[in-house]
Amino acid sequence: MATVGRALLIMALGVTVYGIGASLYGARRGRRAWIDSGRRAVYALGALATLAFAILEAAFLRSDFSFNVVAQHSSTTTPTFYKLAAAWSSQEGSLLLWVFLLSVWSSLILFLTRRRVREIAPYATAVLLGFGAFFTSLAVFFANPFATSAQPPTEGAGLDPLLLHPSMMIHPPMLYSGYTLLTIPFAFAVGALVTGRLGAEWISMTRRFALAAWLFLGVGILLGARWSYTELGWGGYWAWDPVENAALMPWLCITAFIHSIMIQEKRGMLKVWNASLVLASGTLSILGTFLVRSGILDSIHAFGASTLGIPFVLLIAAMVIGSIGLILWRREQLRSDARLESLLSREAVFLFQNLVLVAMVAVVFWITFFPLISEALTGTKVSVGPPAFRPFIVPLALILVLLSGVGPIIAWRRVTAANLRRSFAVPVCVGAATLVVLLVWPGGPAARPFALIMFALAGFVLATVVQELWRGTAARRAMTHDPVPLALVGLVRRNRRRYGGYIVHAGLAVLLVGVAASSSFQHSQDVLLSPGQRASVDGYTIRYVRPTEAVSSQKISFGAVLDVSKGGKHVTTVHTIRNFYPSQNPADGLIGKFFDSADSDSQVGLDAGLRRDIWTVINVDPSHLAPLINQGDTLFANYAPSVMTQAAKMPPARAQQAMNALWAERDLAVAEIARRFVSHPWPTEFLLIVDPLVTWIWLGALIIGGGGLIALWPVPSLARRRAAVRKRARPSASPGLPVREPA
Amino acid sequence: MSGGGPLQRRVGESAPGMDPSRKRAIRLTVALTAALLLAAALVYVSFSAGNKEVTASQLLTHGRPGQTYELAGTVVDGSVERQGATMLFRIRDPKLHVSVPVRYTGVVPDPFAAGRAVMVAVREQGAAYIGQQNSLTTKCPSKYQAAAASE
Repeated sequence: MATVGRALLIMALGVTVYGIGASLYGARRGRRAWIDSGRRAVYALGALATLAFAILEAAFLRSDFSFNVVAQHSSTTTPTFYKLAAAWSSQEGSLLLWVFLLSVWSSLILFLTRRRVREIAPYATAVLLGFGAFFTSLAVFFANPFATSAQPPTEGAGLDPLLLHPSMMIHPPMLYSGYTLLTIPFAFAVGALVTGRLGAEWISMTRRFALAAWLFLGVGILLGARWSYTELGWGGYWAWDPVENAALMPWLCITAFIHSIMIQEKRGMLKVWNASLVLASGTLSILGTFLVRSGILDSIHAFGASTLGIPFVLLIAAMVIGSIGLILWRREQLRSDARLESLLSREAVFLFQNLVLVAMVAVVFWITFFPLISEALTGTKVSVGPPAFRPFIVPLALILVLLSGVGPIIAWRRVTAANLRRSFAVPVCVGAATLVVLLVWPGGPAARPFALIMFALAGFVLATVVQELWRGTAARRAMTHDPVPLALVGLVRRNRRRYGGYIVHAGLAVLLVGVAASSSFQHSQDVLLSPGQRASVDGYTIRYVRPTEAVSSQKISFGAVLDVSKGGKHVTTVHTIRNFYPSQNPADGLIGKFFDSADSDSQVGLDAGLRRDIWTVINVDPSHLAPLINQGDTLFANYAPSVMTQAAKMPPARAQQAMNALWAERDLAVAEIARRFVSHPWPTEFLLIVDPLVTWIWLGALIIGGGGLIALWPVPSLARRRAAVRKRARPSASPGLPVREPA
Repeated sequence: MSGGGPLQRRVGESAPGMDPSRKRAIRLTVALTAALLLAAALVYVSFSAGNKEVTASQLLTHGRPGQTYELAGTVVDGSVERQGATMLFRIRDPKLHVSVPVRYTGVVPDPFAAGRAVMVAVREQGAAYIGQQNSLTTKCPSKYQAAAASE
């Protein structure tokens, strides 16, 4: 099957090259048949990439270790769900996933626009196929997912235990969907610039895809944060790591675009800006992939040095130079139809918000790439960690939250004093009241001015959203006489983009309150405790009640039950575990391989609540068991080879019995040694954290996701809406059913 | 300004007779000044707050006592040892097989292990390098295979 997979990839590469040629030839010569053929090449790429991906997934499912990637990233004991997901834990598999997702989204957009934007579409097709050709080439020539081994191992290395987490398995496809979806607006922008068809049509065609990219990237980023919080054992959710930043930059950029296109649609302004944002988002999505795949930044997250760096640099350089060239070429046609009339208008607020978002991108870009920049300028690599982000990102985030409250309620074109009074009185009062209450609250956040301002601004934003929903609902009720919940649903359904956006703003406010509180008021203790001992964190007393251990065929789990109390009253009981997985290190003995901390992970003992999270993690040092482990290793090193030699001379069934008996004795020895952690516990290290409002981050993320889905959901066409109204207006044919009065 | 009395004047509206091109020039100047200030602050913070990123061999040859460096490299197999809450390990230069000892106290991320790529802020003290508390970071687990293959 590996040969078939590789053949499919080579065919896919051929199809992309043909499709680029056909689309460009058709567009230049005005030949419809060639243009259609180019579009069908995208569908063919979709089919080939899907088949190739299915072959790889099937190899993972049946543990076919003749595939190198399967042998390196899966094993027979890997759970089925994770076998499916293990495909994209490898460089090769993730590149194939890129091609697969790109081809699916490209096929979808080209199918939906097959009778529209006819001049732009062939160029967009060529660009999309260009990306397809690039990533297929990488999979064919540099990182072949179908490479095989002549002598496959009987067992695979298995998936890294840290990746055995549901959110981690959904997180990469989400990020990749975001990245690949961003290439669609990019491709259509290139098409529009090449053809000079720079009206709003290409924007309306691709707006939904930009929104989908924003949603997928956002979900991917937050799933990564959640995984980091619950799995990585360091107590945080965001580390300003280059790969995290790689996803954040295009997300910020496309957020700016989603807002600024409204100005182009309403006022015909910011055409250069919008085209630049789309092109920058597409380029940043490739840059993000490059950061992960090339290993150019030798820090935290990125791949080790690989051969993919140069092709990526060439592609990014082509994208940047091409984008700048196209915009300069079409600068006359990109002139705005209208001018900004007042700095106190919705357009101006959107523009400020765009500038803040772009400034954030610039800050993240500069600091992320600073090691490379400093090396180029001074010959020395200089690293700047998370503290360098804060002086810039925190004030910019505060301005952004303020603008996300102002934007929805300020008038277009120019604001009047009456508009200011009507729209801002209540939200400003709510924000001010929040500020005053928090200032006078004993032990409140007055000592942390940034957090304090964030809470007040969040109050302001939430008030603006509630006010807008309330006013809209009241207006709708006045027309329809529906009850409040029905009127609210009807209001949101009628204008999903607008009210979905408002809900996103509310979610952002909630999320940033969580971020501000958890980063400003976290309390943590790194302590060494024996059973019965206790530590105090932020007024909570945490007592190490008892150690636990469990041994299974897949792992040894050492844990601790911790009792949490406050003021003498029991609050909760948490159980944190450290899992040790059998190591593949040949230097480890038959017993020692089960206690190698290189293959271990943490299970966080977490009590999450709306007010605070109690987060605990145990860090078991197995070196206390070293004498017993060494004794077992020596014993088995002498004993096992003789059993194996004798088994080799036996008939297969008896040999299997002899080997099973050997492994049973080994498992017994491992279980006995592991039990020492409970029978003779030693002082163990714990990281104990009390963190306020972390749950608000996940809650805010859910609200943002919900708002995004509402905004993304297709609005029924005008014709269908009219038909529905007519149908409702007609007397019902069924007797007994109520007849609705026409509105 | 549109006609009408003072009550109808729009908020934020400029004074009558203001030349639109002059208005645009002022806005552009303000925007460019803000961008320049941001850029200058970024450059200043990056150079003043950054630590030199070095490998083990660079640290041995160019390191100065008392100065903090960002040490990047691979944890040497068999070098990890715990002494209570303190951890001792060696980090080697992936290319030159030169290593330095590190004494670290603080949060150890789960992916930390012998043979894996890490970064830690260190300062020379006597025969060892003292890791700054909670500065230890490790590569994403999904990247180990490629990193190992390349070394």
